Amino acid sequence: MSQTPLAIDRDIFHEEERSRIRRLWGAIRLVRRSNAAMAGTAIILIWLLIAILAPYITPYDHLAQDLSHRLEPPNRVHWFGSDELGRDIFSRVLYGARISMPLGILVVALSSVIGILVGGISGYVGGTFDEVVMRIADVFLAFPSLVLAMAITAALGPGLNNAMLAIVVVLWPTYARVIRGQVLAVKERDYIEAARAVGAPSHRILLRHVFPNSYTPVFVKASLDIGAAILIAAGLSFIGLGAPPPTPEWGTMVSMGRQKFAQWWIATFPGLAMLTVVMGFNFLGDGLRDLLDPYIRRGSG
Amino acid sequence: MQLWQYVARRLALLPILIIGITLLAFIVSHLVPADPLGMVLSERAMNNPTIVAAYRARWGYDRPLPEQYLIYVRNLAHGDLGESIATQRPVLQDLAQFFPATLELTLAAMVFTVFLGIPLGVVAAIFRDRWPDHLARILALIGVSVPVFWLGLLLLNVFYFHLDWLPGPGRLDADIPPPPHITGLYTLDSLLTGQWATLRNALAHLLLPALVLGAYTMGAVSRMTRSSLLDVLGQDYMRTAKAKGLSRSAQILRHALRNALIPTVTVVGLAFGDLMSGAVLTETIFSWPGMGRYAVNAASFLDLQAIMGVTVIIATTYILVNLAADISYGLLDPRIRIGG
Repeated sequence: MSQTPLAIDRDIFHEEERSRIRRLWGAIRLVRRSNAAMAGTAIILIWLLIAILAPYITPYDHLAQDLSHRLEPPNRVHWFGSDELGRDIFSRVLYGARISMPLGILVVALSSVIGILVGGISGYVGGTFDEVVMRIADVFLAFPSLVLAMAITAALGPGLNNAMLAIVVVLWPTYARVIRGQVLAVKERDYIEAARAVGAPSHRILLRHVFPNSYTPVFVKASLDIGAAILIAAGLSFIGLGAPPPTPEWGTMVSMGRQKFAQWWIATFPGLAMLTVVMGFNFLGDGLRDLLDPYIRRGSG
Repeated sequence: MQLWQYVARRLALLPILIIGITLLAFIVSHLVPADPLGMVLSERAMNNPTIVAAYRARWGYDRPLPEQYLIYVRNLAHGDLGESIATQRPVLQDLAQFFPATLELTLAAMVFTVFLGIPLGVVAAIFRDRWPDHLARILALIGVSVPVFWLGLLLLNVFYFHLDWLPGPGRLDADIPPPPHITGLYTLDSLLTGQWATLRNALAHLLLPALVLGAYTMGAVSRMTRSSLLDVLGQDYMRTAKAKGLSRSAQILRHALRNALIPTVTVVGLAFGDLMSGAVLTETIFSWPGMGRYAVNAASFLDLQAIMGVTVIIATTYILVNLAADISYGLLDPRIRIGG
């Protein structure tokens, strides 16, 4: 199947081996060279801070009902208004970060680890094994992400944990494919040959030499995917397969405002929260991708 | 590798892939810890073992799983996708009914994608690192970051509820009868039969859902166009075009864009998957009677045959679209050595 030719698999680092610390420092310096990546990082850091501090900075308990102040439009007391049970939407939106941020990061961490292991081993071993593994990955990739995630969540039963599991199932093959391509490109290099010649065992070559030289495109992809994972989870919640009420999950909150056009604030603010978080991750990923693509790097063309 | 060899290899893998798709869809839809019968039978009927056993036999749930799968594949080979437990009709018949609505929505979304996404990408590339580029980047990234269900609600709220400029959910106003069934696409059918009022109404109903559905792919296509145009602009033949005194617009339109749009073809293939994912949510918001809404209903009803049918059909279409995109990519750009 086609691979986006957006050149995320070109790696400006892997020409020679460098120490991990230098590479990490390089990534940070790269971020500082792109305004988009910087803006993305700033947005992400702000939301991470909100997620951590939510219990201390929210003006109200996110679950506390106040039926005498229900469906109030945004005002000085309830900045984002209140919902049909009189809960403070501002507090709930801030609390929502405690669900969506860790969810996105955890889902992508799990999928990338599975994908890196499967794709890395598959690419390194090669032959029939590789062929079979990649055909299995193709089967997963044949389904549009939300459609497969929806079927899995429906089968396992609605809920946030099952939704997360479903997104991991949907995402891992994309990592397996990217990392396999990287491994195939890296594996023929001289330094891998050298490591093999001095008798290093396969698992050591994979862990110490192959993976570290393949992870830059994965970093870009992971950043974009955290946003995507947050959106899929919110979409599942919106159609009733994810977080059940009264969880302050943003997708669930938007669906509460679905029939209430006059009370626009119920759906609008959680959606804005989602939009900004996901934009943060997309800005970071998009900015990094520009910098890492050698053909369109500033001053090279 | 020769192109025809590559095509032959891809076609040979197709049946394996389709069997894989049915197997995965089968495994997924039979993971169900909940009893699908619980959704159709009343609580009293569930307590009656005779009724439950009769239902199980009726839907084939009394057989061992591998046998159920083999029966499913055998029926599939005859074009039978089973029967929906919720609608009590053949799944294929259901899908045939809902497919045109989704097709119409998806095609309209593609129009937005192409006519907004490509110009946006071109502008961004020409004005690289200046404000139009930044603006285009922000617009594109909003497109890929915005939750479709939220955008749909927001636009409905503004343009239907508050301003009343556009009609609400559905494909047509309630008092307008659908046009005679020719293709099932209301816009095309009313155009063919000359029902202008119906056409106007259908287009007005189509506008918002298509815009919402196209937002994501619009963003992806514009980013793609930008980076591929920048790539082309750095090529030697562009310097030649400049050296021989072509105007800037002739350089871009006649030489650069033609080459830069080739990779966009693959994005169209990939976009189909995003559009199907988006259709699930867009159709739910806009009460659009298509496959996406059918899939949501099937999922919430634990309608196994329908879930399998809809996922198998969507996945199969997806791989065919991608295959077509890959092949045309190879045909358009002889430098690409596909396969390998």
